[in-house]
Amino acid sequence: MATTMITTLDRSSRAATRGLSDISIRNLFIVPTVLFLIVFNIFPLIYSLGYSFTDFRASTNAPANFVGLQNYRDLLNDPYVWSNFAITAKYVIISVAGQLLVGFGVAMLLNRDIPLKGLITTLLLLPMMLSMAVVGLFWKLLYDPSWGVINYALGLGNFEWLADPKMALYAVALTDIWMWSPFVMLLSLAGLSAVPKHLYEAAAIDRAGPFYTFFRITLPLVAPILMIAVIFRTMEAFKTFDLAYILTSQPTAELISIRLYKMAFQEWQTGRSCAMAYIVLIMVLAITNIYVKYLNKVKER
Amino acid sequence: MRKLVTSMLAGIGLTLACGTSVYAQEKSLTIFWAEWDPANYLQELGNEYEKETGVKITVETTPWADFQTKAFTEFNAHGDAYDLVVGDSQWLGAGSTGGHYVDLTDFFKKHDLGNVMAPATVKYYAEYPGNSGKYWAIPLEGDAVGWSYRKDWFEDPKEKEAFKAKYGYDLDVPKDFKALRDIAEFFHRPDQKRYGIAIYTDNSYDAMAMGFENALFSYGGELGDYATYKVDGHINSDKAVAALDAYKELYKFTPPGWAKSFFVEDNQAITENLAAMSMNFFAFFPSLINEASNPNAKNTGFFANPPGPNGDQFAALGGQGISVISYSKKQDEAMKFLEWFIKDETQKKWAALGGYTCSAAVLKSPEFQSATPYNKAFYETMFKVKDFWAVPEYAELLQQLNQRIYPYMIGGDGTAKETLDALAADWNATFKKYGRVQ
Repeated sequence: MATTMITTLDRSSRAATRGLSDISIRNLFIVPTVLFLIVFNIFPLIYSLGYSFTDFRASTNAPANFVGLQNYRDLLNDPYVWSNFAITAKYVIISVAGQLLVGFGVAMLLNRDIPLKGLITTLLLLPMMLSMAVVGLFWKLLYDPSWGVINYALGLGNFEWLADPKMALYAVALTDIWMWSPFVMLLSLAGLSAVPKHLYEAAAIDRAGPFYTFFRITLPLVAPILMIAVIFRTMEAFKTFDLAYILTSQPTAELISIRLYKMAFQEWQTGRSCAMAYIVLIMVLAITNIYVKYLNKVKER
Repeated sequence: MRKLVTSMLAGIGLTLACGTSVYAQEKSLTIFWAEWDPANYLQELGNEYEKETGVKITVETTPWADFQTKAFTEFNAHGDAYDLVVGDSQWLGAGSTGGHYVDLTDFFKKHDLGNVMAPATVKYYAEYPGNSGKYWAIPLEGDAVGWSYRKDWFEDPKEKEAFKAKYGYDLDVPKDFKALRDIAEFFHRPDQKRYGIAIYTDNSYDAMAMGFENALFSYGGELGDYATYKVDGHINSDKAVAALDAYKELYKFTPPGWAKSFFVEDNQAITENLAAMSMNFFAFFPSLINEASNPNAKNTGFFANPPGPNGDQFAALGGQGISVISYSKKQDEAMKFLEWFIKDETQKKWAALGGYTCSAAVLKSPEFQSATPYNKAFYETMFKVKDFWAVPEYAELLQQLNQRIYPYMIGGDGTAKETLDALAADWNATFKKYGRVQ
């Protein structure tokens, strides 16, 4: 109602007669965005929620039959799905922890006066600028036991990274760590450069050791920005599809997103895959909420 | 006046533009297929059709990995981007019952295609349900799994002598699965970066099924009873268990990192001097006799899938039929193309271009059988083929097969019996879900 009133008032103003008023320009930007969100986000979200309670298969012309919570029950009782969740959780933990350690470690090294610091930082950022598909294909070649550079450089002979069921998930996580550690590094650098220098000076006067300085000054002050990096990377790692799909087909590396893709677009179990997508969505929301609550606590300290 | 003239000219222009567009639209057909050599041959055949009739044929392709997804996405949307599709044999159930394919039964009977085309191709590429007399496709590209091998390795006198000393019989094209295994073991020399055999191991889509089926069928095993959908006692029979063990045994002699291999890698095994023998669909063999793509072309030989321990000899069926898409607005034009395609002279041209004709007469002809080093093996194989389930839920069955067999084959989890018992249970549950069994 308020908007209508303002618009009506505005229309009668002299400014409106000359051209577009500020409010009209605002509406011009907001209305398409809202429409876009409704058409491409909210409508499909609600529509797919409806399908998740049906036995609909997109590959047939048969109508969708209401099956209640059957899809959710089946999925939550399916050992394969639980195995996919366990694999995904393992992947998220390895990948995010690895990125945090490598990214923050590199940022610590770069947070000092070294020659060519700018160039080194830029070069280190390159992996995350590449497309996931390219990185996947590139690393597939690097991992190849016959002509891959990794085995050659490390003297590993015919060691199988992607063909060994026990190694495949670690190989995918390693690639992800290589690709996204620079992201954590970038955020960490921003956090580290914001730590007031006088705190370190005071610590030096008090003869505080590096261990004490790191855990009492650096880490607490950088923690909020690290938490943001963890939230972003966790959400991304949870959704990882392309990298794992390109690198390996080992069941031990079949992430939940790959299972969802197969269910939806190879088996055409549309209703069931919608239910699965909602389960994944709820899980991601729950994890993110936990993180955000923790982030707020860290900020309050 | 000037405005009137401008408006009239614009109107005439628009009318002409629309007319030309509609005319062009009516005089063209789009065929959807996967990205491989036979699709290029079909495009060349289509160019011949355009010369004769003026109807432009466009063969639109997509990589094999996306083929099923892209085709069914278009079907599900009831889109008319494609008029015909050269769909996989296992799509017949989903294509027909889903209403995506036009019923070609009358066309099939009118042209007596049941007798014109090779029996296996009619059974597996055209008819659904089995023995129903309902046809949904015209057999277009016959294909089955065969083998290529390194003739120079096999014919080396030193190798022959060493092989005979070790195994007690002559080194030659394997006469059965035992010989296949022995030869694979004999040539498996990781220290020389030479390996015994290349087989299908990929667990996405149908690679694993197509590979395992060669052992399964030749060992006398079956996927199940196609009429009753009974799987217990078939897919987990003693013969099937022995077949899975035999297939897993071959995996021991593959090159390193061979856990995600399909047709591309299996051809590379020959071109890159990796393996003595390599499994692949016949449709991928043209590049192996081409010196530009295979430096070992002159030394590459071919043989049909060997028999199992009881003399049964079968192979996994590949290949596709061509179907008219029910959402196409040019179905009449598509039917005319099919009428032209099934003519004897067209089938001869198709075979000459490199396509695997399904015409029984052309297949039997000496010209066809002597045209390439592998055509004879192909001809023999096409009478000994069996296929995967063609039911609408085939993709779920494939996925279950991958989920069960892959961990056993590659990871060594459990035993062959446990694997196939579990697969039988999965398939039985799926058939129950879709009301095929009680």
